Amino acid sequence: MSLFLIAALPFLGAVFPALLIRAGRNAAASAAGLTSLLAFIGLMLHIPAVFRGDTVHASVDWLPALGLNANFFLDGLGFLFAAMILGIGLLIILYARFYLSREDPMGQFYSYLLLFQGAMVGIVLSDNILLLLVFWELTSLSSFLLIGYWKHLPEGRQGARMALTVTASGGLAMIAGMLILGHIAGSYDLSVILQNKAAIQASPLYLPALILILLGAFTKSAQFPFHFWLPHAMAAPTPVSAYLHSATMVKAGLFLMARLWPVLAGTPEWFYIVATTGLVTMLLGAVIALFKDDLKALLAFSTVSHLGLITMLLGFGTKIAAVAAVFHIINHATFKAALFMTAGIVDHEAGTRDIKRLGGLRHLMPVTFTIGTLAALSMAGIPPLNGFLSKEMMLEEAAHTVWNGSHLVIPALVTAAALFSAACSFRFIAHVFLGPKRDDYPGHPHDPNTGMWMGPAFLVGLVVLIGFASAKVAGPLVATAASAVIGGEKLPYYSLKLWHGLTPALYMSVFATIGGLTLLALHGPLQRIWNALPRPEAKVIFEALTDAFTRLSQSMTEGLHNGLLTRYAAVMVTFTVAIAYYAYQGGTLTAPSRTVQQPGLLPILGWFSLVVATLFIVAKHRNRLLSLVLIGVVGLVVSLSFNYLSAPDLALTQISVEVVTIILLLLALNFMPKETPVETPVLTRIRDGAISVVAGLGAGGLIYALLMRDFAFPTISDFHLANSYKGGGGTNVVNVILVDFRGYDTFGEIIVLGIAAMVIYALTEAVLNSRVRAHLLNRTPDLPQAGDAHPLMMVVATRVMMPLALMVAAYIFFRGHNLPGGGFIAGLVAAIAIIMQYMASGFAWATERQRFPYHAIIGSGVLIAAATGMGAWFNGMPFLTSAFGYIHWAPLEEFEWATAALFDLGVFLAVVGAVLLALESLSRFAWQPGISSEHAMDINPARDDADKTGTEG
Amino acid sequence: MELLVASAVGILTAAGIYLILRRRSFPVILGLSLITYAVNVFLFATGRLATGAPPILNKYQEVAYTDPLPQALVLTAIVISFGMTAVVVMIALGAYLSSRDDRTAMPVEPEGAGDDA
Repeated sequence: MSLFLIAALPFLGAVFPALLIRAGRNAAASAAGLTSLLAFIGLMLHIPAVFRGDTVHASVDWLPALGLNANFFLDGLGFLFAAMILGIGLLIILYARFYLSREDPMGQFYSYLLLFQGAMVGIVLSDNILLLLVFWELTSLSSFLLIGYWKHLPEGRQGARMALTVTASGGLAMIAGMLILGHIAGSYDLSVILQNKAAIQASPLYLPALILILLGAFTKSAQFPFHFWLPHAMAAPTPVSAYLHSATMVKAGLFLMARLWPVLAGTPEWFYIVATTGLVTMLLGAVIALFKDDLKALLAFSTVSHLGLITMLLGFGTKIAAVAAVFHIINHATFKAALFMTAGIVDHEAGTRDIKRLGGLRHLMPVTFTIGTLAALSMAGIPPLNGFLSKEMMLEEAAHTVWNGSHLVIPALVTAAALFSAACSFRFIAHVFLGPKRDDYPGHPHDPNTGMWMGPAFLVGLVVLIGFASAKVAGPLVATAASAVIGGEKLPYYSLKLWHGLTPALYMSVFATIGGLTLLALHGPLQRIWNALPRPEAKVIFEALTDAFTRLSQSMTEGLHNGLLTRYAAVMVTFTVAIAYYAYQGGTLTAPSRTVQQPGLLPILGWFSLVVATLFIVAKHRNRLLSLVLIGVVGLVVSLSFNYLSAPDLALTQISVEVVTIILLLLALNFMPKETPVETPVLTRIRDGAISVVAGLGAGGLIYALLMRDFAFPTISDFHLANSYKGGGGTNVVNVILVDFRGYDTFGEIIVLGIAAMVIYALTEAVLNSRVRAHLLNRTPDLPQAGDAHPLMMVVATRVMMPLALMVAAYIFFRGHNLPGGGFIAGLVAAIAIIMQYMASGFAWATERQRFPYHAIIGSGVLIAAATGMGAWFNGMPFLTSAFGYIHWAPLEEFEWATAALFDLGVFLAVVGAVLLALESLSRFAWQPGISSEHAMDINPARDDADKTGTEG
Repeated sequence: MELLVASAVGILTAAGIYLILRRRSFPVILGLSLITYAVNVFLFATGRLATGAPPILNKYQEVAYTDPLPQALVLTAIVISFGMTAVVVMIALGAYLSSRDDRTAMPVEPEGAGDDA
């Protein structure tokens, strides 16, 4: 099966449980199980190749410009992890089916689980570190959903937040580290990076990259001092804990260290950072675990300890230690997942997972007892179980490792950690299952149904099997995975067997076991001492830290955003001017290469009226109506200058937009105060004036500098001029650019326009449904009203003009491809024609005659444009490729057809709909009772009939 | 001619920014409109100025054309800016009608009033 499919299957499958939950919990569970099984089988099909030592590749260039490629590869290490993720995933799916109660939304659970599974599989199969980062972040997100699955529990939500904060901030650091790594290696593909050990370790950026990547790995794998999130994540349902915290999520960090081992390991920096962190974590985790009363907390800290162990082994940097690390990864996954599930069973059946309330369960739950005991003994490192084997290898390595010149530090601390780890494993057995039967269990402990114990039993079977016949069962897997870790070099000599002779490791092991039993015997007094000792509480520190950050960002935000919009604007303008000035200082201005064109009288007159009008607006802006009139002058001059400066299309557009804008502003002004009071002191006004003048000088100077020079780069406009007729079939180049060359832009723009109109509509609805409505209904106009709301002359004139205006719109529309015009302008003209009816004959009169809702017109416009664009697909062309041709009918001129015209029709409709919807919404504010009975013309012979039939001729 | 266009852009920008710095919503809308003109003319002018050379292809003889690309961009910009103005007007109107106040500043508590109040 393709690696793409293996990685994609869990994501695809994540849809089904959420949908199928209506068909019952079994349907949801089997959908999830089948998906995982399929992916697992697909993975197993690659066994022959992987065990031959080949790597399987599957690649697709995704964003080659960024070096981000969807490349996957499968080697021994990836195979080991993928098999664990999918295999244990299957067992968890089975287990969760029986663990979750009827009230839990199981479909959601399986969907989250599959999302997480997909992200994990993605990590271990990625051949591209950027792709790996994407999946890495996905695991943080999906594990957040899983840990917080019991939304009603505050601990669940806090634990999920904490896990997300810690792992995601580590992930951020890792992104930086990976980018540096890719920069050094010159490629983001792992297969290339792994070949560049010498270059990477010699680079001055090696240490920063190493630290950043390790931050990501350590946070994910709960290494000291980031270990605290893991125990808090135990608020999740037990299947989640068993999956995330034994086999998958926390192993992602280990996977990453193993993956990059060939290029990062072997330096003193690597050794001291990784091995030391691992050692500290291992010891700390084991000590704390011994004193936890919550079964899952105990297992969580022991997981922290074992993760530390593996980290330390990877940190040693020797090949044989890498083999031991791989072996322990397998073993830890088997016994820890089994232990978590056992803890879940105990919790589920006995009603509590508080060790102090348990004990004597071996009589009541014999099956669970057997499973739990075997797994715990393996964790303690008791022969002949698999935990013993890898622990021996670890102790053997530790015994020979020198730390900062000392031969004793590592062996002594490792033995101590092993001792505590053994003690807490023994405690798990002794305080839960052994001892006298009690009569005060919160539940009625009994063995669960088969579905629930099958998963752990299978894993414990592996524990025993690997222990007895390790070379046969796990040997090949360990060998292929380990050789992938050490970068394909020759494996050192090792042997996976129980008896190695009287080695130092054996003595350490015996000492740890005896010490563990002693500690267990002394547990009572020790626990009292432990409880009396002052300990830093990680959760309190974490919360104090996040609170401090929250307060910091809050004070910064509030300091900058104090609610005065004018201040924001002033700051923004000043800052923009400042950086523009900085750029101007740093750059060079070439000598002017164009000559000044002498203006005629007309342009000077236009300039003069524009300047006078603008200055008047500034001076007289407190009189709002006057400034509206003056802004009309500005718009008119701008429009005329477009025409003068060879832009007829712009002139037409500008003048029609001008009309609708003024109507819009008049409508708004109708409801607003007509005067702006003086509020700001003179000094503020002078300051504002200074800012504006400087900004104006900047803008004017910039465009003047631009106008006096030729293009710095070859322009693409020549292409448009040359191809407009040949390729687009039109002689109006501006229109051809709009509907053809850059049709995609135009398509986006009509959508934006439509959205703007919808926003206005929605706001109107919201305002009119609030208490504002009452105020509007009882409003008395603040200015004297015209005696005749619908002057006869105007009504007649507009009605006569309506067909003429529409005719003009049609004319402008059709000639648009070859002469100035087109959908935008035609749409505006048509909209104005209809608005005139509203103005002259009244809102009610016009609404009665409205055939189609404006939303629908906008929608149909966008759809027509989209359909035209898609039509190109049927000719095998990309979206929005236009086609055109010429038809010659005998008596007529040559007649052109182009799909672009259809696209332009979409533009036309969208513009008409958007303009009318916007203005109509605003006009609805003016509605008052009785207004609809007013008719535009008193004499209307059709009205009486209209009242009866509801239509009017 | 270049000087006329450039100074017009400068004056429109300055007037627009001055009005945007006012404390009531209506002058701010006017200022936005003025800035819109300035920006549109600015963008249009990046194609350099030419008279009597509209980008309408002449089938019959070779003539000079002005740059069509900024024109196409500005054409849609004009229409979009109408949409933007309409939304801003709507927001301003809604805010005024709801709170009977057309100040642009958020209502602030006395102690956070700041130096600009």
